[in-house]
Amino acid sequence: MALSLGWHIVLACFGVAFPAIIFTMHLIGLRRGSEHALTLAQRWAKVSAVLFAIGAVSGTVLSFEMGLLWPGLMGTFGDVLGLPFAFEGLAFFLEAIFLGIYLYGWGRMPPKQHLLMVVPMAITGVVGTYCVIAVNAWMNVPTGFRVVDGEVTDIEPWAVLFNPAAFWQFLHMWLAAYMVAGFAIAAVYAVGMLRGRRDARHRLGFTVAMAFASVSAVIQPFVGHLLGGRLAEWQPAKLAAFELATETESPSPLRLGGVLIDGEVRYALDIPYLGSLIARNSFTEPVIGLDEFPADTHPPVNITHLSFQVMVAIGTLLALVAVVYWVMRWRGRELTDHRWFLRFMATGGVLSIVAMEAGWIATEVGRQPWIVQDVMRTPEAAGDNPGLWWLLGATSVVYTAMTIGAVVVLRSMARRWRAGEADLPSPYAPDPAGSEDTGTTSMGTVR
Amino acid sequence: MLETAVAAALFVGVLAYSLFGGADFGSGFYDLTAGGSRRGAELRTLVDHSIGPVWEANHVWLVYVLVTWWTAFPESFASAMSTLILPLLLALLGIVLRGASFAFRKYAASLAQARLFGAVFATSSVVTPFFFGTVAGAIASGRVPAEGRGDLWTSWLNPTSAFGGVIAVGTCAFLAGCFLTADAARGGQERLAGQLRRRTIGVGLVTGGIVLAALVPLELDAPTLADGLETQAAPLVVASAVAGVATLVLLWRRWFGLARLTAVAAVAAVVSGWGVGQYPWLLVDEVTIADAAGAEATLQALLVAVGIAAVVVLPALAYLYRLTQTEAWSRSEH
Ligand code: HDD
Ligand code: HEM
Ligand code: HEM
Repeated sequence: MALSLGWHIVLACFGVAFPAIIFTMHLIGLRRGSEHALTLAQRWAKVSAVLFAIGAVSGTVLSFEMGLLWPGLMGTFGDVLGLPFAFEGLAFFLEAIFLGIYLYGWGRMPPKQHLLMVVPMAITGVVGTYCVIAVNAWMNVPTGFRVVDGEVTDIEPWAVLFNPAAFWQFLHMWLAAYMVAGFAIAAVYAVGMLRGRRDARHRLGFTVAMAFASVSAVIQPFVGHLLGGRLAEWQPAKLAAFELATETESPSPLRLGGVLIDGEVRYALDIPYLGSLIARNSFTEPVIGLDEFPADTHPPVNITHLSFQVMVAIGTLLALVAVVYWVMRWRGRELTDHRWFLRFMATGGVLSIVAMEAGWIATEVGRQPWIVQDVMRTPEAAGDNPGLWWLLGATSVVYTAMTIGAVVVLRSMARRWRAGEADLPSPYAPDPAGSEDTGTTSMGTVR
Repeated sequence: MLETAVAAALFVGVLAYSLFGGADFGSGFYDLTAGGSRRGAELRTLVDHSIGPVWEANHVWLVYVLVTWWTAFPESFASAMSTLILPLLLALLGIVLRGASFAFRKYAASLAQARLFGAVFATSSVVTPFFFGTVAGAIASGRVPAEGRGDLWTSWLNPTSAFGGVIAVGTCAFLAGCFLTADAARGGQERLAGQLRRRTIGVGLVTGGIVLAALVPLELDAPTLADGLETQAAPLVVASAVAGVATLVLLWRRWFGLARLTAVAAVAAVVSGWGVGQYPWLLVDEVTIADAAGAEATLQALLVAVGIAAVVVLPALAYLYRLTQTEAWSRSEH
């Protein structure tokens, strides 16, 4: 589950954020009549076709896995959390439809109308994200049902869809998607510039992607902070694990780094007061320590703490870089003229993906041993399928193959674009100039 | 009443997936049998162009089915999933390989790559419907228990499942053949259309024969379903036979446009025959639709979602299908 989710979610980020980025580029192209922008928009659309296809299949894997791996969860709570999933499916439907229209519409529709086809995709990406995240938020803050004598009753599906944690978690994830897509695209052009391709097209591609990445990077820490603010009330044990608070200290320090070994915190840097200040918005209110919770409800502390801090560290770093870049640019200094900056930006995509995955690990592992906080433990939800290890092995092989395939194909597309090919016909036959028909080649022309 | 409405909505999804998704899967059959890379290039390009814009949308029907099922009938979903884990995983593998390699092939850089991705795409397109068919067979022959797990192997390795699988492969290929033939004819590719026409008629004859032959083992292996087919679903069985024969005749006389419609009708009748035949069971002989239903509030909310879907999604879908049939869209890529 974690493997396919971790993989799906990277592609999902492109599914959420790429349409809006393509839209912007396409709009610039039409407004300013810029050939460069139109070319970029069209190429990005082709790239997104590949990414969306594997995104969609990996999403299908997830919806199977919900049943295959978590029969206990779906059997008991399927009707509780089905509604968000139903709306999610609806959103994907629209997304897939307009994706088909947009991708195949190049040169086949009036330009303005064609551009408008991206808008539904950007909107459904948002709705879809909200709905999935609502399910995850519900696992953190279960509402909308009661358990009477072991039976789930009084189900209010709408309360699940609009549960109290959903909004902030959604916002956080949504921004994360824009960061991942934005920094990843910017990284591609940064690498291009490092290799000496500093033409107008590369600069334009970089700037548009960087603009999206920067706005979300700067807002993200604030949203993350608000999100964390809820934890003291809803999931105090998770908060304790995030902060590596083994015991309640008032005021609590902010603990940077550090691991828990045999109940002792080692290698940590404590900054007094800051823990209380950040987690509780107060100089005195403590972070409740782990020792106040029964030992069998402790999450795996080290994984939770470290992944949380990795996320926050990367988030802070990227936000700073974004601010510095635009401030310098505003003062007339273009940082992309400096190799060190390009080198850093080349890693930005990977960094934001790491931050996102770390964020998921932190919320998911931090919720353990619960799958539904305080209601259902993870082993009760899991199936008892014998060959799970085989399944995991097979999944890894397939996903690795798919990743390799995607990389090979995307790189070859880029190579051919650089070589000046525009159309990228697929070579179905050894000899493109088909011998049987006169004039038209069998693959150059489709019909 | 409420449950039945939701079950009907669920079944509409199954039907739509068998028709639209089925036509996509079926095109893999012709891709696979198109011959060497030179001879098959024209056909493969046609397949690419025909299903390229629509396959992702068609595919979402499956997601719709899964989501509606687990929301409306959660326990039966859990037991079906754990009993039929093997064929479902195999089908899933097929879906993943097929979707990914289809997308990769379109942008493959060299013939060797295109061949590799193409082979994966075509093979997985052919086998995936088989596993879905075995799943249908397992449910229809009463091998999925209402709770817990049935037998991991015999639940889907049995006569009904085998026929279900083969029929699924055949009907998908038949549908796809009708659509591809019509597309080729519309694009003025006479030779290709003729070749597809012959093959589609062949596939139709074989599939029809198997469907008829299946009625005998069904009688023994899946009595409840067989009973339903002879009574409440009998009109549908007749309708599918009539529409199937009509399709063959139309293909023979080269009325390709019309043949598409009758082919859809024939397959729709086969699939609905199964659904109507096993009503009111959700999992045959184990649990009825009424008993399997989840919470009432959820069912109502789900119907709201389905209603919204009907209003928002169907027009968009119709728009997409209409666009793909216009002249501008039949032009070459650029
Ligand atoms: C909608 C749901 C959802 C989403 C988006 C994620 N997960 Fe998850 N994850 C679950 C739903 C879930 C779950 C099914 O609910 C699990 C099973 C046990 C649990 O508490 O939550 C879970 C558990 C779980 C565990 C704990 C496994 C254990 O206890 O042995 C890890 C390490 C991850 N996940 C990792 C991730 C990563 C890296 C994700 C993202 C990229 C991610 N999860 C997103
Ligand atoms: C358990 C969790 C999840 C499940 C079951 C799930 C399920 C799915 C499914 C079935 C699809 C395919 C739809 C299609 O065929 O087009 C899909 C695609 C998608 N998912 Fe997820 N998903 C999950 C998590 C997420 C998360 C956390 C996000 C948000 C960031 C997300 C965003 C998307 C997007 C944007 C798409 C469209 C992808 C594309 O076309 O590239 N999903 N998902
Ligand atoms: C300084 C910045 C950040 C802070 C303070 C912060 C804070 C948080 C908190 C408190 C959670 C846990 C929420 C919960 O369990 O309910 C969380 C989760 C998460 N974070 Fe961050 N975060 C920051 C930056 C980032 C960045 C840069 C990314 C990705 C690019 C990211 C991605 C995520 C994801 C994907 C989750 C899990 C999903 C969710 O709960 O919405 N975060 N973050």
